[in-house]
Formats: sequence, structure tokens, C-alpha cells
Amino acid sequence: MIMKSMKLLSVTCLVILFALDVQAQIAVKAGVLHTSAGDPIENGIVLIKDGKIERVGAQSSIRIPSGYEVYESAVVTPGLIDAHTVVGLAGHYNQQGSDQDQLEMSSAIQPELRAIDAYNAREALVGHLRSLGVTTIHTGHGPGAIISGQTMIIKTSGETVEESVLDPQKMLAFSLGGVIDNDFSKPGTRSKAMAMIRQELIKAQGYAGKRSGDNPPSTDLGMEALADLLEGELTAMVTVHKANDIMTAIRLQKEFGFPMVIDGAAEAYLILDELKEAGFPVFIHPTMLRASGESKNATMETAAKLQEAGIPFAFQSGFEGYVPKTRVVLFEAAVAASYGLDRLAALDALTIGAAELLGISDRVGSLEAGKDADLVMYNGDPFEYVTHVTGVIIDGEKVE
Amino acid sequence: MNKLRLTFLGLLLTCSLSAAISAQDQPLVFKGAHIIPISGEPIENGVLVIEDGTITGVGTEEMRLPRNAEVIDVSGKVIMPGLVDTHSHIGEGDGGDRSSSLHPDVRILDAIDPRSDTFKKALAGGLTSVNVMPGSGLLMSGQTVYLKLRKANTIENMLLYVDEENNIYGGLKMANGTNPIGNSPRPGTRAKSAALVRELFVKAQDYQRKIEAANGDESKMPPRDLGMETLVEVLEGKRTVHHHTHRHDDILTAIRLSKEFGYKVVLQHVSEAYKVADEIAEAGVPASIITLDSFGGKMEAIDFSNVNGKALEDVGVTVGFHTDDYITDSRLFLRSAAMGVREGMSREAALEAVTIANAKMMDIDDRVGTLEKGKDADFIILTGDPLSVYTRVEQTWIEGQKVWDWDDPEDRKYSTGGYEIFRGDVHTTHHRGE
Repeated sequence: MIMKSMKLLSVTCLVILFALDVQAQIAVKAGVLHTSAGDPIENGIVLIKDGKIERVGAQSSIRIPSGYEVYESAVVTPGLIDAHTVVGLAGHYNQQGSDQDQLEMSSAIQPELRAIDAYNAREALVGHLRSLGVTTIHTGHGPGAIISGQTMIIKTSGETVEESVLDPQKMLAFSLGGVIDNDFSKPGTRSKAMAMIRQELIKAQGYAGKRSGDNPPSTDLGMEALADLLEGELTAMVTVHKANDIMTAIRLQKEFGFPMVIDGAAEAYLILDELKEAGFPVFIHPTMLRASGESKNATMETAAKLQEAGIPFAFQSGFEGYVPKTRVVLFEAAVAASYGLDRLAALDALTIGAAELLGISDRVGSLEAGKDADLVMYNGDPFEYVTHVTGVIIDGEKVE
Repeated sequence: MNKLRLTFLGLLLTCSLSAAISAQDQPLVFKGAHIIPISGEPIENGVLVIEDGTITGVGTEEMRLPRNAEVIDVSGKVIMPGLVDTHSHIGEGDGGDRSSSLHPDVRILDAIDPRSDTFKKALAGGLTSVNVMPGSGLLMSGQTVYLKLRKANTIENMLLYVDEENNIYGGLKMANGTNPIGNSPRPGTRAKSAALVRELFVKAQDYQRKIEAANGDESKMPPRDLGMETLVEVLEGKRTVHHHTHRHDDILTAIRLSKEFGYKVVLQHVSEAYKVADEIAEAGVPASIITLDSFGGKMEAIDFSNVNGKALEDVGVTVGFHTDDYITDSRLFLRSAAMGVREGMSREAALEAVTIANAKMMDIDDRVGTLEKGKDADFIILTGDPLSVYTRVEQTWIEGQKVWDWDDPEDRKYSTGGYEIFRGDVHTTHHRGE
């Protein structure tokens, strides 16, 4: 319920925003146009009107209407999507108590914590990601607690949450295995964490049954969120690295039947068949992740192996506790491409693939008429180290 | 085959196993590659000749080749010098402890595991010479060690001497800014940090004077003091200080101290170098910088920028990149240079910044850093442009020995990673906020 009204609020805000904003009409010409909705188009063009994509095609077949501002670029892709970050809750100063709001340590299970209440739209790291072509992020509470809180999906433009949020409540951030921060007094073991979360979900089953009945219980914010999860309104994003812990996540999901994404998944390559059969997508750890502890068996080739196995995946910038304070999905995908991932598959995973896994592909992820005009211009191959992002357009506005 | 037989013969004849494996006994000619010697213009269809671990020729197809050479066709590949890293934490070593802030006596040499997986990771990235350092959590965390990443059972067999006569094979790690600040005995402020360092160097100057006054007379020598002996090496310019520093004012403090005591310094990290590039140039000190994918992560790095490479190149500073492994991954060291070019550095300067510039900072440029006749046969074979994301290190050679090969699955796994490949705790140094 809370969630639905929040969504309505955000939609209303967007409508107001559009009404107030006088937007230029734009034509973007590209030597190579990656639409993520079919083969790349040589000498392609995108027409943008009122913040949305109007037409996409070959320059030879589309005339630029008068009054359109024209940009030219060697390569254009849809706006990039970071499938999992903590940027906005985590700031670049990295000061506990000041700009580190991604992990609340008072309790191991806190599904009631909303990302929108902690997101700083003016955080410099958000601007940093935007300057490198990331137009949409799935951000919120981080790994480290059994359930650390909620996540949301937001555009990297805008100066307030309300201005640019796409989905204020998207997932619940779970962690299993050694990913759970050892600063918590409990759980102390893997088994204990599972016992705790199972007990809580059983409680939520009871709550969910009662809240729709004639005599609903008094509102419990945590139970509301878990009931939303059990009813499929929210998705569990389970950060987990070791193969046995991934299987534990699948066991938990089978018992309670909620939507789930496996996140991190350093050892996914050990259980490709099981993952494929279970049917859960993966937000793969950053390729350049500093592998240690739980993730020490990470490989540079996991994205390529997921692709080969036909397991849907998207790239994430993950969580960094030191320098650099964030990673950049464009760079992570590039290195995955250098370790065997097909380049077009890598671009798809950065755009439409991520949009589908996040349930926002009706709005973003590909360059198709009617979708949000989010696109990125480059002066060369997007993955080459020496290529620059030369322009970023979000909702039809040139923001970089 | 030929080479195998010869090796076997050599083994029988010399009865010296070590001689047979440490030096190749037949000249090797690498033919057809695009050679980037660093010391000069790239050579199309180049020829590289190596013999007994040393480069004996670099040139074009017309070059005269040794008659008994084994010729290896490397057409379509790129050959450049083995990469030199001025700042790394591979090898699982450590340095001084919390008993003091200043440990000039402590050697990381005594703590390194020569069999560490992390050395193989570095080879997979094309690194051949590395300055392995203790951390930055102390003002002076100890002596660093310059290593050739030879296959070795002992750390002694990996040493890269700057000055063999004086037994110098490394520098001295120092740090300023926030990392070395903390609870006692660590200083609480920047000014106190500088005062502690100055006091110690003043003491070392006294010690040096006593040695000079003794004039070779053993009976007049001051009692041996390991820390003082090391600092005297620094004062005499035999041992270089590698000074971890981030903020613009801390950079200038590092320079100020080096000028006061007249020691050789390499500025390390230099996150805000672009703000004081002119001052660095004026001081004439080299800068070893890092590439990061974002600013931030600590207060001193909030203004970090990858534009440092260009800013320093523009004013003529000797500038190099380092991995600071595990902060950045040795396997992707060439990426650091490429990201420098992305931010405006010239290709030439960026490639020097992973080879000869770093060799100069370590005073080993007479042996490594370029492909020139007489230098160590340390080189890498690449699949293409060293600055392209799609390029892979195919082989790494050190002193005429192939030490890493992508085509060998036992080697390749150190490039890709995998189950139980990297077993050590690779980041002990930085885990403590250092």
C-alpha cells in the first residue's frame, strides 16, 4: 500500500516536472548507433521530442525537422544502467555518520528502511557516474546485513529524489553467507542467519494473510515490506558470493516463493547449470572487484560464462569501502569484454538487459520510439580506454 | 626441439643445473612484431635479439642476426619492455608495527613470500620489475625492496640491486597526511608528523658526522644502529625515499623535507598533483601516480583526478604510474597508462610512465625500462596496441626466460582468476586503512 502510493507520488511529480520544463527538440546523429533493440545502425539518427524518443533509424531515411538542435557523435548508445550500487546513500567523503547511509548496524533485519529517505541526489559520485554515461541507477541499502533495507531506481539527473525517481521501492537488499558484516553480534554463523530470516518470513506470511483480512493488525513497517516481498511486489536482491551460499539463497527462495535476483555471485561459474535451472538472473560483481574473503575466487570471465550459459545478467558498480569510492559499469563491462564477453552482449547487459531485470524496460534501456530519451555519445568504441563520453542526454535534456 | 636438446646438452656439459635454467644458451630472435622500444620510435616488422638474458639487438628486418639463433615468429604481435611498477603491495609482506611511527630499520625483505600467488598475478599483467613497499599507516614504515619477478624460491634470488657494492636494493617508505596520524605513538597532527621526521633526520645527520669523523677508524665509529645506517644511506643519496602523499599541501611538505635534508624523493600517489604541478616541476622531483575509477573514499582523495598524468607531463615532471596493488590490479596495469591518455596524456609519455620513467625513479634505468642493446631481456608480447582494452598480455619474459604464458593454462589462470587460484590474503597492508 505504502509502496503504491509512493509510486503514484513519483509519477505525479514527473508529470509536474514535464509540464514546467520547456524542452528542446534534439536530433542526435551517430556514425554507429547502438539501439539495444536490433543490430547497430551505421549512420543512424535519433530524434527526441518532449523528453521522449520520437524516431530512430538511418540518417538516409529520416529527415531532421526544422528547429531541432543537432548533435553528432561517432557512437551513440542508450543511457547506461547500473544494476546495483549504493551511490547516493554512500558518498565520496566516506565518513561514517556523515555520508555513509548504506548500512545501518543496529539490527540485522531492517526491511523497513527506505532508500528514498537517505538518497542524496546532489552527491558528487552521482554526477561522476552520469558524466560516464550512467543515466539510471538501482541504488539503496548495501550488502552487510541479512536485510539491510530497500532499494530504488532513479535517474542520475535531478536535484531531489522526487524529481528523478523511477521506482521508489524496488528490492530488499539481502546478504547471505560471509557477506553479512561480522560486526553484528548475531548472526554468528550461516545457519543462524538462515534460521533468523526464515523465522521472520514465516511471521511475515502470517502478517500478509491478516493485513488483507477483516481485522488487519496494526501497521508494522518491516512486516509491510516483507509482506510486499512475499506477494511479489518487491524483489529480494541477495548478495552472496560462494557457490554453497548461492544454493542457500535458492533454497530460501524455494521455501517462500518471492522474486529474487542473485547479486555479486563470485562463484557463479561453479554452478552454472543449477543457476540456469533455478532461473534467477545475476547482477554480476564488478569485473575489477578487489577479490578477497568471500569473493576471492572471482574471475574476470564470469560475465562471459553467464552469457554463454544463457543466464540473464547485468553489470553493477557494487560497493567500495575505500578508494575508488565507486566503480563505473562502463569500465567493468569493458574489462569483461576483454575477457571473452561478446561486445554487443556486454552493451546489451549495460542497457536493455539491465532494464529488463529491473522491470523498467518500458521506459529505458533501448532507443525506441516512445521511450525516455536517455542516450550517451562517445567519440569512439565505448569500451576503449581512451574513448571519451562526449555527451549525455537524460529525458531529452543534455546534462553532460 | 633444437633448443630443448641444446639445453639438455648444456646441462650435461656444465653439470650446473642453475646455469642451465638461469640463462638461455642460444640467442633468440623475435621477428615480425611491432616493437615499441620506448627509447625510440616504434619499429614495424621489428627484430629483437636476446642472448644470455640480455638484449643484443633491436632493429628492423635488415638487421644482421646471429647465425645459431632460434627464430620465433611473432608477426602481428606487439613487443614492449617489461612493465615497471614503483609502488605495490604484492608478496604478502609487511613493515613496521605500532611500537613506533618510524621504522627505518625494518626491511620488508624479511617478510615477503617469494611463492606468493600475487607475483604470478603481476606477471600476468606484464610486470617484471616492482618496488614492493610496506604500508602508509606510519610516517616511516620501513625499507622497500626492488624485485625482478624471476621464478625463485628465495627472496634473495629476486632482488634487483640499485647498488650491489653497498647492498642497496630498495628505497625507504614514508607517508604524510592522514594515514600515519592516529593514537600514540603515532602523531596527532600534520605538523607533529613533520617534526618527528625532521627530528629523526637531524639525529641521522649527527650519526653521519660521527662516521665521517671516524674516518675509517673502527674504534671511533658510533655504535651500530640499523635505523641510523639506513637514514645515512638516504642522506648520501644511495637510497630513495618513496613518499606517500595526497593533498596539495602534504605534497609540498614532502618536497620541503626532501630539500631540507637533501635526499632523493619520489612522490607517491600525489592525488592533487594537478593543483601544484608547477611547484613539483620547480622542485625537480619525480611523481608516481595512480589511476582510479572515481575520486573519494577518504578525505584526502576527494579531489583526486586522473588528469594528474597530463598535468605533470605538461610541466615536464618525470611521471609514472603505479598499481598500489591491491588498490589497482597488477593484471590491468596497462589500463592505468591508457586512462592517462584518456585524460590528455600523450601516448609516448603514458607508455614511458609504465616503463622507463619508473625505472628512473628506482635508479634501475641502466638495466630495465627500454628495449636497448645491453639491457636485461625483460619484455612482454602483446596481442595489439598496449593502450587498447582488447589487448592481452600473451607472454612475459625476464632476463631471457619466459616466465608467464597465456597459452599455458597453469599460467593463464593467474590472469583470469578462478577457484582457489589466489589463496593468500592479498591486502593485509591496506586492510588496516593503510
